[in-house]
Amino acid sequence: MEIPFAITLDVGTSRSNHTGSWRVERPVYVDRMPPCNDACPAGENIQGWLYHAESGNYRRAWEKLVEENPMPAIMGRICFHPCETACNRVQVDEAVGINAVERFLGDLAIEKRWSLPIPGSDTGKRVLVVGAGPAGLSASYHLRRLGHQVKLVDSASQLGGMMRYGIPAYRLPRAVLDAEIARIVAQGIEVELNHVVHDVERERVEGKFDAVFLAVGAQLGKRVNIPAGDSSRVIDAVTFLHQVADDDPPLLGRRVVVYGGGDTAFDAARTARRLGATDAVIVYRRNRERMGASGEELEQALGEGVTVRWLSTVNRFEGEKMVLEKMALNAEGFPESTGEFEELGADALVLALGQDTDLSLLDKAPGVNIANGVVSVEQSMMAAPNGIFAGGDAVPAERTATVAVGHGKRAAHGIDDFVMGREPGVKDRHGLATFDRLNTWYYADAPRQNRPELERIRRQSTFDEVIGGLDEDNALFEARRCLSCGNCFECDNCFGVCPDNAVRKLGIGERYEFDYDFCKGCGICVTECPCGAIEMVPEKI
Amino acid sequence: MTSQPVHFYQVGSFAVGNRLLADDQRTVQSNPNRANSIDSGHRACQGCGEALGARYALDAAMRSCDGQIVAVNATGCLEVFSTPYPETSWRIPWLHSLFGNAPAVATGVAAALRVKGRDDVRVVGQAGDGGTVDIGFGCLSGMFERNDDVLFICYDNEGYMNTGVQRSAATPPAARTATTDVVGPEPGNVFGQGKDLPRLAMAHDIPYVATATVADLHDLERKVERAMAMRGARYLHVLVPCPLGWGSASNETILLARLAQETGLFPVFEAEDGVVTNATLIRRRVPVQDYLARQRRYAHLFGSHPRPDVVERIQAMADRNIERYGLLDASDQQVSV
Repeated sequence: MEIPFAITLDVGTSRSNHTGSWRVERPVYVDRMPPCNDACPAGENIQGWLYHAESGNYRRAWEKLVEENPMPAIMGRICFHPCETACNRVQVDEAVGINAVERFLGDLAIEKRWSLPIPGSDTGKRVLVVGAGPAGLSASYHLRRLGHQVKLVDSASQLGGMMRYGIPAYRLPRAVLDAEIARIVAQGIEVELNHVVHDVERERVEGKFDAVFLAVGAQLGKRVNIPAGDSSRVIDAVTFLHQVADDDPPLLGRRVVVYGGGDTAFDAARTARRLGATDAVIVYRRNRERMGASGEELEQALGEGVTVRWLSTVNRFEGEKMVLEKMALNAEGFPESTGEFEELGADALVLALGQDTDLSLLDKAPGVNIANGVVSVEQSMMAAPNGIFAGGDAVPAERTATVAVGHGKRAAHGIDDFVMGREPGVKDRHGLATFDRLNTWYYADAPRQNRPELERIRRQSTFDEVIGGLDEDNALFEARRCLSCGNCFECDNCFGVCPDNAVRKLGIGERYEFDYDFCKGCGICVTECPCGAIEMVPEKI
Repeated sequence: MTSQPVHFYQVGSFAVGNRLLADDQRTVQSNPNRANSIDSGHRACQGCGEALGARYALDAAMRSCDGQIVAVNATGCLEVFSTPYPETSWRIPWLHSLFGNAPAVATGVAAALRVKGRDDVRVVGQAGDGGTVDIGFGCLSGMFERNDDVLFICYDNEGYMNTGVQRSAATPPAARTATTDVVGPEPGNVFGQGKDLPRLAMAHDIPYVATATVADLHDLERKVERAMAMRGARYLHVLVPCPLGWGSASNETILLARLAQETGLFPVFEAEDGVVTNATLIRRRVPVQDYLARQRRYAHLFGSHPRPDVVERIQAMADRNIERYGLLDASDQQVSV
């Protein structure tokens, strides 16, 4: 090269100056646990499936969803969505309507007849699943995915457990229930209905099963001793709802009192209203703040004309007259008698005081520990070292369908480890993507899309579904409200805000990488990352 | 007002880009094939706002005229850190001039191109606030007054940072610099009118005057594009925080630019032919204290001998800007400050 007068060096690019050597801390991309995923009892990767729903790829979103939970249309209706309670967006405006989007995906899958992933290659291992409720179905599905043969038995005449016999049709239409169950059974599951297991150990040995999963649920309504006249109609809520589900509702009369404050009490009262009761009164010994049922269920029940007597107990039931005693909460929040009584006209009393599990099938099973009426299990859901696992309402946990689905999945993996002779694996969990790690400036304000509620007058007389679904526009909008906490969603911020061009963009779905030759470690990318997916770590010196 | 309606919710029009946006709705900076007018390896401090602002503005200018640009650069940080001989970070034709004459050199380049009939090649002049507001102001005013076909961009970091953080006419009141020490009853820089260059530029009735910050990329790029679509003298004033001179954390450069805008201390607006046509509304208003307390140059206003009276005077400046440019949406609930 011809060099001008008095010039001794060639002109070169500043790229020969590796400013990365200035750095004492380096940014690294991380994935954090979004609070929704963290809170999901079924272990769904919610942020993961919303990511695909955001781009309108509902098929991919649904496939991601059913990797963890094969019943999204059911869950999108009956789950009490702890994910939304945990959602970081609550602190910006309102939680993302995860449950509504899940239902949208679930319904779309039924409509389009999408099928579940192909079962894993056959391992030759056989597993008996006792009970075809959410836990049993979930376990069966995951066991099939892992390549094990599954025999699913249930004492009832239809599959679904409490989802069919405990949850009324206005909350979970039977067509939806049937469609999702049929899809699971089509994975190659051997089903035997009307089969009562009396001795699980015998069935295990005689059937040559490598493992057993017990998901027998809690089918026995608790009774309390309430003095009642011979002619008084008293029924427990589980039996009542079961009979309604069998299309054989008992005659309760026009004035029905439901005793209890959990979801089952509200289901029973709302069902009684639909069967023609003019008065459906819930009697609960504590107050509204301490009831077990969800606030949504209470609001819907009140909207349908159900009334609630807070701080009351049923003292006795004499023919058409019920005597209630008023209660007061003491300093610890426990209800105490006040000695004040009042009368209430009533034709029937429904007891919704909780449920017990019939565990007599375990009487001859060695090594099973039963405490407080439920089966003790390890982290892997193992109940006895010879391969008996248990989950759902039969083990100590919150009694919801979603928890049961999670138990089913965890038990399936526990069983897989057991029958394949592996030590139970411990999964690493990412650190939580807390709200303070987000930079919410970058998220636009967007109000939540609420699902339409069925008009009240129709709800009081029919078993039509109460809550409608989102249409596609709303579902897409709702999905895009996701903040993608702790997981990169490719907004290009890091790529754009680097003063040193030290971020490389790798293309759609491939995210980014740092060019540590030039990154000076200023940390702007970390501060300006909307979702907290970058962190600074000290350089090794 | 933002350049596009908020039709996208996960990230409105605030982030650099997004996988879900159409290409024409993304910023120039989101494009992996952007010009990278100022390349890696430059020697700006960690978290330099000026390096960022220069790349934002010049890449946008490059896109809007198909890469046909000549840049003229006054002496200052931007020149020093980008071209220590024999290296250069510039990937565009680039001329360095004296501290005070960059607008005149830019005028000359524009005249030469006109003579050669190259009206496809556009001229951008650039300088820091020292080279613009103080030393280069005579040349700049002449360039405005003759309506020469130059876009002049001032990267305002509110002081002479390259030479050791001395005060300029753009240094805000009460700020500590090497020449406005924290002594006496009125510590830091004096309270006064300062030199509000965007308004002085407007007084020349030139076709286009705009302010922007490195915190609102969409807004900045739109303004560069608007300016490049016009002929004649145009002026863009970009606030670029300086971690060294402001005593701020290197990761808070964009945050501080955002706070300057959201407090009202740095009004973001545009004007055509001497009349304000558009002001960017404050989205989440914050008191000036939130902005000041993050910078060591204002440390003497807080701590063991706080000066709430001085903070109040700075707040009054912000309030006056908000009133002058109408920075609050009347329907918004206002945060009390």
